[in-house]
Amino acid sequence: MELDRPLPSPITPEAKPFWDGLREGKLLLPKCKACSHVFFYPRVLCPRCHARDLTWIQASGKGKLHAFEIAYQAFTKAWTVKPPYVLAMVELAEGPRLMTNLVNVEPDPKAIKCDMPVQVVFSKLTEEVTLPLFEPAR
Amino acid sequence: MADPHALSNSVCIVGVDESDEIGSLPGKSQLTLHLEAIANAVQDAGLKISDVDGVFTAGQHSPALLGEALGITPRYVDGTTVGGCSFIIEVGHAVAALHHGLCNVAVISHGESGRSGVGVSPRRDTSLTGQFEAPFGFGGAPTLFGMITTRHMHVYGTTLEQWAQVAVSTRKWAMLNPKALRREAITVADVLNSRPVVYPFNVLNICLVTDAGGAVVLTRADLAKDCAKKPVYVRGVGESTEHVMLTQMKDLTFSEATRLAGEKAFRMAGVTPKDFDHIMLYDAFTSGPPIMLESLGVAKRGEGVHFFEEGRSTPGGTLPINTNGGGLSYTHSGMYGIFPIIEAARQLRGECGPRQAPNVKLSLVNGMGGMLSAAGTLVLSNETGT
Ligand SMILES: [Zn+2]
Repeated sequence: MELDRPLPSPITPEAKPFWDGLREGKLLLPKCKACSHVFFYPRVLCPRCHARDLTWIQASGKGKLHAFEIAYQAFTKAWTVKPPYVLAMVELAEGPRLMTNLVNVEPDPKAIKCDMPVQVVFSKLTEEVTLPLFEPAR
Repeated sequence: MADPHALSNSVCIVGVDESDEIGSLPGKSQLTLHLEAIANAVQDAGLKISDVDGVFTAGQHSPALLGEALGITPRYVDGTTVGGCSFIIEVGHAVAALHHGLCNVAVISHGESGRSGVGVSPRRDTSLTGQFEAPFGFGGAPTLFGMITTRHMHVYGTTLEQWAQVAVSTRKWAMLNPKALRREAITVADVLNSRPVVYPFNVLNICLVTDAGGAVVLTRADLAKDCAKKPVYVRGVGESTEHVMLTQMKDLTFSEATRLAGEKAFRMAGVTPKDFDHIMLYDAFTSGPPIMLESLGVAKRGEGVHFFEEGRSTPGGTLPINTNGGGLSYTHSGMYGIFPIIEAARQLRGECGPRQAPNVKLSLVNGMGGMLSAAGTLVLSNETGT
C-alpha cells in the first residue's frame, strides 16, 4: 500500500526505544530515575533535574486533547491524507505532551473541544513504523 | 554587578530602509535583497558602506558572506539565528558591542527571497520535527501557531471575530502605506469568509509571503550627532528563548520568553508596559499580537484582543499598533523582525506621511522567533527621557 504520510525520519538513537515500543503496541516514555520526571521528546538528560540516569515506562495511552487544528489542505509534499483532518497536541495522563492526529472524530470545531479525554490508537504504517494516533475516549 | 541601565541611550538607530523594492521579486536573489537594503540604510544614515565595521544578520547567509559581498572586513560579526525576531535581538547585541567600542558602525541586515526562492538553499529539517511532527502532517508555521490559538480560545473564550479584528486594524494601516502589498479594505466578515487553511486560521489570518530586504544602521550616541537624520535612541533591549518544539512550551496561551524579554527591556529603559504611544508587534498570525501584549504586561491575560478594536490600534486611535501594515498586509518575507524596527524608527522621526501617528515619543518593538519560542523587545525613543 502507498504511504499517505512521511515516515519519522531520521529516527535518532535516543528515541529508538520509543519507536521500538510502538511496533509492539506500547507507548513508552522516558522517566528520570533521580526525580521521577516523565518527559517527551526523548533526550539523554532529564530536562528538570539534569540527571542522566533514565529509564522507560509504559504510558497508559490515556490523555486529554490540549489543543487542535483542522487542516483543509496538505502542508508537506509527502502528505496525501484527504483533508479535512485533525492536527492535535495531546497531554498524556503521565504529564508530557506530544503532537499527533485526532482520528475517529468529525473534523468540525463543534465536535472537538480542548481538554476532551482521548486514548491512543496504534496505527501501523510499515513493518518498522507504528504511529501513536489518538481518538475520543470511550 | 554590571548595570544594563548603563547601556540605555548609549546607542542610536541612525539609518533604516528596505531593499529597492519589496513584494514579488523573481528577478532578485536573496543576496541582492540584503545588499540593496544595506546600501539604502547606510545612505539614509548619511554614512558610507566603508564606514561599516560591524555586520549582524540572521537566516541562511552568514555575516561573513555579507562582509565579503560588501567588500569590507568587519571587526565584529553576529549571526544569531533564533527565528524572525533575531534582528530585534541583534539590536541588543549591537548596543553592547558599540557601547564597548568593539565596532563603531553596526548594520543589521535581512534579505529573504521567501516568495520566489531566488538564491535560496533548501531548508534542512531537524531530527525532532522529522520524527515527532512531520509524520502527523505538521509542516510550516500555520500548523503550529494554530495550537496556541485554539488553546487561547478555550481558556479565555477568545473568538474568531476578535482575531479577525487584528487583520482589519492592520489592513487599515496598510491602506496608508504605499509600500504595502495588500491595500484593499477588508471587514471582519471578509476575514471570516476567506479561504480556510487550517482551523482556526483562514487565509486572511495568516501573514503574506513576499521577497524583501531590510536593514538598520546603529552607532554610538556621540557619533550619531554627525549622521543625516534625527537619532532614535535605543533605551531598552531584552531577549529570551523558551522552547523550539511547541510541545515544550509551558503555557500555550502565554509566552514566557516574551515576558522575560519585555521585563528586561522595560527595566533597562526605566519605563512601564503602559507608557508607550506606538507599538510594533510581529504579526505572522492574527493571534500573535494580542498574546504578545498579554505576555508583555501591556494587556491583562485574555484581553489583548481588545487593543485591536476600532479607535484603539487603528489609524486615529489611542494606541497605534503595526502602523506599517504588518506582516499581515505590508510584507512578510519569512523572518519579518527587521521591519517593525524600521517602522518604529520612521514613526519616531515623524516621516510616515499619511500613516504618521501623532506625537510618537516612545515606541515598543516586540518580535517572536518560531512559535513564540524566542523573543526580542526594544524600547525606542526620539528623546533620552533623562
Ligand atoms: Zn530528573
